[in-house]
Amino acid sequence: MSTVERPVSKPRPVYLNLTRIRLPLPGIVSILHRISGAGLFLFGLPLLLYAVQTSLVSPKSFDSLRSFLAYPVTKIVLIGLVWAYLHHFCAGLRFLLLDIHQFIQLRPARQSSWVVLIASLALTLLIAVRLW
Amino acid sequence: MRRILVGAHYGLTDWLVQRLSAVVMAVYTLVLVAVAGYHGGIDYAFWQALFANSAFRIGTFLFGLALFWHAWVGMRDIWMDYVKPTALRLTLELLTILALLGYAGWLIDILWGPR
Repeated sequence: MSTVERPVSKPRPVYLNLTRIRLPLPGIVSILHRISGAGLFLFGLPLLLYAVQTSLVSPKSFDSLRSFLAYPVTKIVLIGLVWAYLHHFCAGLRFLLLDIHQFIQLRPARQSSWVVLIASLALTLLIAVRLW
Repeated sequence: MRRILVGAHYGLTDWLVQRLSAVVMAVYTLVLVAVAGYHGGIDYAFWQALFANSAFRIGTFLFGLALFWHAWVGMRDIWMDYVKPTALRLTLELLTILALLGYAGWLIDILWGPR
């Protein structure tokens, strides 16, 4: 990369007041991708391993896992993790498409951001309804 | 400010790993959903039979490796962005690596350990 001369004197704006930053829609999708990824690592991954292990021990443990997942509280946590997985999945797919130069203009970038947000929420709702 | 960037391919491996592992996980997820949907849901007998199949176990192991590597790249990015004190950041990175290696061992135990 070549070096670029920039005027030294011009003060660059440092504007990190989180309550006043208005993130554009693709930015919201991006930060949710990060938050959902962190949540999946911290909570989703150990819970998934625990669930798979329990489900395979015996028919009895399979049933006990199933009844554990039937509690309203566990259902809410599960739906949260399902949303995290789906949002991370859809937003990740969008990033892969951006990598091959799809939806990089402003309008398509916004539209595909809406699609990611709405598709992952709609799929989550669909699964939540079936779960309940 | 004058900046000379050296090592132009810095991070290219991470970038590539993040995308390839994402594709592996996406394919595995869609195949699993399709298999479960084709069977009309998951009961114990079907679940047990699925995990008794070597190809499925190896596929699940590859999914796990993709997941652990993907999580490492992502979590390291997060620690690098938000945790500035070096000692704390390195501690968190170390804990992340240890957790992921532990999860890898756990997965191997689930897939090939005694039941």
